[in-house]
Amino acid sequence: MTNLGVYEEKIKDFSWEISERELGYKQGDNINIGEYCTDRICRMGKKDKLALIWEGHGGDIKKYTFDDMRMLTNSIARFFKELGLKGGDRICLFMDKIPELYFGFLGILKMGGIAQPLFSAFGSESLLTRLEDAGTRAVMTQKRHLPKVRNIVKDLPGLEFIIVVDDDASKPLREKEISFSMENIEKIDQFDIFPSKAETPSVLHYTSGTTGKPKGAQHVHYSLISQYITAKYVLDLKDDDIYWCTADPGWVTGTSYGIIGPWANGITQCVLDSGFKAESWYKFAEKHKVTVWYSAPTAIRALMKEGIDVVKKHDLSSLRHLCSVGEPLNAEAVIWSEEAFGRPFHDTYWQTETGSIVISNYPDMKVKPGSMGKPFPGIEATVVDLNTHLPIERTGTVGLIALKPGWPAMFRTYWNNEEIYKSKFKNGWYICGDRASIDEDGYYWFVGRDDDVINTGGHLVGPFEIESALLEHEAVAESAVVGKPDPVNMEVVKAFIALKPGFTASKDMNLNIMNFVRKRLSPLAMPQEIEFVDSLPKTRSGKIMRRVLRAKEWGEEIGDTSTLENDEG
Amino acid sequence: MSDTKDVILEYVKNEYLEEGDDQEVTYTTPLISGGIVDSFSMVSLKLFLENKYDIKIPDDVATPEAFDSVNNIVEVLKKFNIE
Repeated sequence: MTNLGVYEEKIKDFSWEISERELGYKQGDNINIGEYCTDRICRMGKKDKLALIWEGHGGDIKKYTFDDMRMLTNSIARFFKELGLKGGDRICLFMDKIPELYFGFLGILKMGGIAQPLFSAFGSESLLTRLEDAGTRAVMTQKRHLPKVRNIVKDLPGLEFIIVVDDDASKPLREKEISFSMENIEKIDQFDIFPSKAETPSVLHYTSGTTGKPKGAQHVHYSLISQYITAKYVLDLKDDDIYWCTADPGWVTGTSYGIIGPWANGITQCVLDSGFKAESWYKFAEKHKVTVWYSAPTAIRALMKEGIDVVKKHDLSSLRHLCSVGEPLNAEAVIWSEEAFGRPFHDTYWQTETGSIVISNYPDMKVKPGSMGKPFPGIEATVVDLNTHLPIERTGTVGLIALKPGWPAMFRTYWNNEEIYKSKFKNGWYICGDRASIDEDGYYWFVGRDDDVINTGGHLVGPFEIESALLEHEAVAESAVVGKPDPVNMEVVKAFIALKPGFTASKDMNLNIMNFVRKRLSPLAMPQEIEFVDSLPKTRSGKIMRRVLRAKEWGEEIGDTSTLENDEG
Repeated sequence: MSDTKDVILEYVKNEYLEEGDDQEVTYTTPLISGGIVDSFSMVSLKLFLENKYDIKIPDDVATPEAFDSVNNIVEVLKKFNIE
């Protein structure tokens, strides 16, 4: 029996009050995610149960019970308070997937701070943009990422504390830098948890758009209500499960379902802090007897490339439920997983802004390979016309995925950008920015993004940010960045570049520009391919027409070119 | 061969470690599984090798395992008669 039961039955009588009731929350109560994931679980009699099994790339293993986690998050919360940090302060977590990242997140929430996790592969410029916008007061990081913070600290007068979690005193720390050791800190039994309410800000996750700088989607503590129940119903988490979410908490999956959802359910989860390697992943799942696995299509396709033989070398019989998120899961990957693991990956759909799963395939529901599934109970979804934004009645017609606002985990604003936040709502619907159709059985089928944002390996990358970085390269006169189809990552970044006079296109120039972007922004933003051109297609008003370049890459019709300045582009 | 190894090792240290990162990287240090070079950055490492040695490494040869250490990369280069 699955937690959700029969989908068609559940949607009839579902309300978010079910989640509130199970969590013991009543309107007007204090609600603090940090407390709900740790103290509450201990009060339920699970203090000695393992909360986290962590394994590093060298094979080191660390284990923490819920009581360890409760006390360590208290210790971290008190440490922040003693620094003078207070409720509402933005505190950035800029670390690999080490235990300090997970406990630091909950510690921040416990003292009332707003957790701002950022992907540790971000370069200095990506980091600067996001810390500057958020007005971040403190960054918690590791020695290996400290140089990137040092590069920008002079540009961030509001950044007061740089907390280094693995300082070994081999080199002196600088002004603003503070050493912190979770292993040596006193475990605090009692901490006065910040009395946050439903609408108190909790997490700030940055996401990329077509234009402008990345935007901080701001969430609140009440998001717990969605994250708890979706983890229970969609991931089907049960008390004896060993759960593995491969996502990095620098992205929203890594916090909603790599921290909040599973731990609010009192589930043991394991984390592998290592780069991707099929053999290592299978060994990890076998060693820890993983039962529920939440991963991404890019990873699944990379595993497919390695073949079935390597799967069969391992005993993966503990696996009982598989889910996927980040980009559409292609039918081949679903069929392959049935062959490799004896069960399909269940695709789930949601975004940084939605905060929790909104459309999904469910454990007891027939999977149509390649489909996104159906709306989560309590989520009112549809597709709306591309122009009028009115719901489309005819099945099979492509429109924009739209959600009726009001589910608990929905973002509350974009930090410092209420205007763009408001622009996301049309005719009373939140417009997700993705195109899809609905079939006669109510299943949603993903078609593509409705803008120029590139989904690479499940992460959204904004072309504007990359083009801006490219313009800082001494040889680049102008550029246009688009997504190009890729068999593993769905899309990868491709840059069309016109060089300044005096510079010549060459293989070395290609590599030089790639590395330039990688270091400034991130490996995700690095163009995987560069095409040097004499000029770029532009409108008569001088705006670069990315869609023309994108259409060529995807083999699609170019569409209306009446405004094109130079057809030969 | 040690010249080739050192060239690659130096490139990895210069390009994939932040300035000031004193992490020790040797011929056997795991690059991909150790998180020094991720799957996206592998493309630039592959391009460096192709440019440097004037070769074309097929995608099915440039796997995370084949690029997981300087020693492994040297084995890949041997297939192109680069010693």
